[in-house]
Amino acid sequence: MAKYNLKINGKTRAVDVDPSTPILWVLRDHLNMPGTKFGCGMAMCGACTVHLDGNAVRSCSMPVSAVGKMAITTIEGLSENAAHPVQKAWLEHDVAQCGYCQGGQIMSAAALLKSNPNPTDEDIDAAMSGNICRCGTYLRIKEAIKTAAKN
Amino acid sequence: MENINNDSTQAPPSGAGGLSRRSFLKSSALTGGGLMLSFSWFSEAKAAEKLSELNLAETWSELTGYIKITPENVIKIFCPNPEFGQNVMTSLPMMVAEELDCDWKNVVVEMGTHDNVKFGAQFTGGSNSVRMYWKPLRAAGASARQMLIEAAAQTWAVPASEISTKAGVLSHKSGKSAKYGQMASKAATIAVPKDAKTKAVKDFTIISKSKKNAEGTKIVTGKPLFGLDYRVDGMLIAMIQHPPAFGMKLKSFNAAQALKMPGIKDVYSFKLYDEGFEQGGFDTRTFNELLVVVGNSTWEVMNARKKLSVQWEPAGDVKETMMGRGGKREVTIPGRLETTSKQFEMMAEFAKKPATQLRKDGDPEAAFKNAAQVIERTYNAPFLAHNTMEPMNFFAHVQADKALVAGPIQAPGWMEPTLSKILNLPADKIEIQMTRMGGGFGRRAYAQYVYEAARISQKVKAPVKLVYTREDDMTYGIYRPMYTATYRAALDANKNLIGFHVTGGGIPESPIHANRFPAGALDNYLADSWEIPSNITIGAFRAPRSNFNAAAEQSFLDEVAEAMGKDPIQLRLDLLKRAKANPVGKNNDYDADRYIGVLELLKEKSGWGKPENAGKKRGVAAYFCHASYAGHVVDMVIKNGEPYVEHVTSAVDCGVVINPDAARNMVEGAVVDGIGQSFYGALTHKDGAAEQNNFHNYRMIRHNEAPQKIDVHFVENEIDPTGLGEPPFPPVFGAVANALFKTTGKRYYNQPFSVEQPQS
Repeated sequence: MAKYNLKINGKTRAVDVDPSTPILWVLRDHLNMPGTKFGCGMAMCGACTVHLDGNAVRSCSMPVSAVGKMAITTIEGLSENAAHPVQKAWLEHDVAQCGYCQGGQIMSAAALLKSNPNPTDEDIDAAMSGNICRCGTYLRIKEAIKTAAKN
Repeated sequence: MENINNDSTQAPPSGAGGLSRRSFLKSSALTGGGLMLSFSWFSEAKAAEKLSELNLAETWSELTGYIKITPENVIKIFCPNPEFGQNVMTSLPMMVAEELDCDWKNVVVEMGTHDNVKFGAQFTGGSNSVRMYWKPLRAAGASARQMLIEAAAQTWAVPASEISTKAGVLSHKSGKSAKYGQMASKAATIAVPKDAKTKAVKDFTIISKSKKNAEGTKIVTGKPLFGLDYRVDGMLIAMIQHPPAFGMKLKSFNAAQALKMPGIKDVYSFKLYDEGFEQGGFDTRTFNELLVVVGNSTWEVMNARKKLSVQWEPAGDVKETMMGRGGKREVTIPGRLETTSKQFEMMAEFAKKPATQLRKDGDPEAAFKNAAQVIERTYNAPFLAHNTMEPMNFFAHVQADKALVAGPIQAPGWMEPTLSKILNLPADKIEIQMTRMGGGFGRRAYAQYVYEAARISQKVKAPVKLVYTREDDMTYGIYRPMYTATYRAALDANKNLIGFHVTGGGIPESPIHANRFPAGALDNYLADSWEIPSNITIGAFRAPRSNFNAAAEQSFLDEVAEAMGKDPIQLRLDLLKRAKANPVGKNNDYDADRYIGVLELLKEKSGWGKPENAGKKRGVAAYFCHASYAGHVVDMVIKNGEPYVEHVTSAVDCGVVINPDAARNMVEGAVVDGIGQSFYGALTHKDGAAEQNNFHNYRMIRHNEAPQKIDVHFVENEIDPTGLGEPPFPPVFGAVANALFKTTGKRYYNQPFSVEQPQS
């Protein structure tokens, strides 16, 4: 076990866990922040996507020991009151079906738009193809990203 | 009350184990942890703020089991059915709200707990939710409206017949008016009327008007909605180690190393069902004896499980006692360790043997004997894993005299009797809560993971959440069966279709629906069927059997049309017109008129046969299942050297569409799912072991493979709603196969299409 002071959603959170514990399980089990989802455990589906210093990473495959001073942002901390343009666009296009993957999709999309405010369809495909949606809402996700890009 | 928006780290809802249903509302309102989350979707900030100031537990008036109203005119509607992405938490309450005649803006939605007396069957599956609740939910809304009118009539001392309602306001010609909330407490004391009148379709103001997902804001802000998000204080995590292959069982194990790992509480083996347990139809068990690791946290349990030392051995043939349809019977599950190539060989052998005749019209043998040309084609499809994004999981807290189970489940009503038996508790001491499901697709109609969780909690005497990893979920599945079918068509010298024969089977069930189209449209028709028992567990998968038939039959019809020199839509229309005018046989499942309607709409909207589309590589297919009709035209191109579905036009007749934009979303999803499954879906076995165990070797459709555009069109009519979640899915397979032919010049007979060796 080891102690870590993690910067999460603008707050410092102390945890005492095995250094190999993935960020995903630190969030879900130890900090009771279940917005970040478990889908595959091997960075193949994107349900666990969070931001580390603004970059999208798969939290299921990154041990807490690797975080250091980097700031973690989760879907719970992306905005106050669903105010982030990506969240608003998701609601406007009523994207979700089951909704399980959408937190990860939104985090990937938000990171994309931060680095590339006007992505082409190809840019969106490249940035988003690591996020699986089993319900098949890909078209609405793409439209929502384009709407968010405009705002 | 806590600020409802400041809850990123607060406890998930409904976590108080052992609370009775009556106390739940009050307790959760008092702690602010549970009930308030239900309201955070509220798009009107004012309403949400107002809600947070209310003492909800004290002020709700209940009007029928589905509706509660506060004096402030907040209307809560309970959704009876589990939500797995089909959007019933929006569409079912819309049906109540329509007849209640309230303002949708004032409605908050809450998932009901399991209560078959109050809420009916509560079954999510078979594209049934809207169909089975269409009348009862509208009746509930209409009854509540009537009770509010009666309350106003008594209060104002005027005849009820003189009171009208609109958008949640009661009015009398004298100028008196009141919001529903003002009359709710009085209305709640009035007897529920038996014959409240419901509206005509033309008078709907909520139904057929698109409404946003009732849980949309919760979803995009990461609120704890799903089974995996459920937790209570002191909850342990459990993971199961199942045999590595179908046909194997536990021989012995050594847990010494695992037990030394940090956070581990217990490691033991257990039997899901006791000796002689009579299995109901949905009590599917994959393996009866399992190893379980129980500990404090998910990562600790995952790591400890890797330290188990386990010996497995062949299970041999296993006898099971089955109940349900067909009565009590003993079945023998064969012990062989199956391998995919051998499964295909076995199916090919079985296909040659005499099969069970399901339907025969006319004299098909003579038709084939006299045919100028016989077309015969065989189609194959593999097992499919459901691969819901949220892996199987369930919470259970079993105590000496009661049990609470909570999590993602499609059919709580089927679980209750089994839980009662295996826990030895009366059914009324078992509370089942349904969380939002991270996908279902049929998988969560089979609840062995619920029973496993309950068994484990009972043994370790603590609240437990059972978690499957993706690998557990994929290799320990209830799969879509393996299927094969051979179709034969007899053409006369003038290329008329004079005979039709389908023989099909599968491991372990047959896909054949003998009474569906083209049965009824042909004078000489034969359908037969066979099955191969197996130890590989199977179950419903989005549009069971139809999802194979629509691939095989609709590809075959395309090839028959080609041989006849007919347009493929025209061939279907000609057959359906025959079935309508002069049907063969009496037992034809489908309505030829509705089928024709969908094909006509599809033809129109896709511009089928128009000169401007002449250069397009297009495939078409249409199918009937779950009482609805759906068809697609798929436009395919070659992109980066691979066939790619660029554009899809869809037409659906599902009767009255409750929530049009959400319904379009459902059809778009079915199209994407169908493209993905037909191109990539396959779960194969070697010596009984699944060869795919996660998304690195089980290919799922991704963003870059989804079409650029899907145009969805609904037939407009006033028919009571029929299914929607499943019907658009099966015909995608056929349309893709037919577009592949146009694109590549080859016919595709074996799924998944991306890896098959096309037959010449």
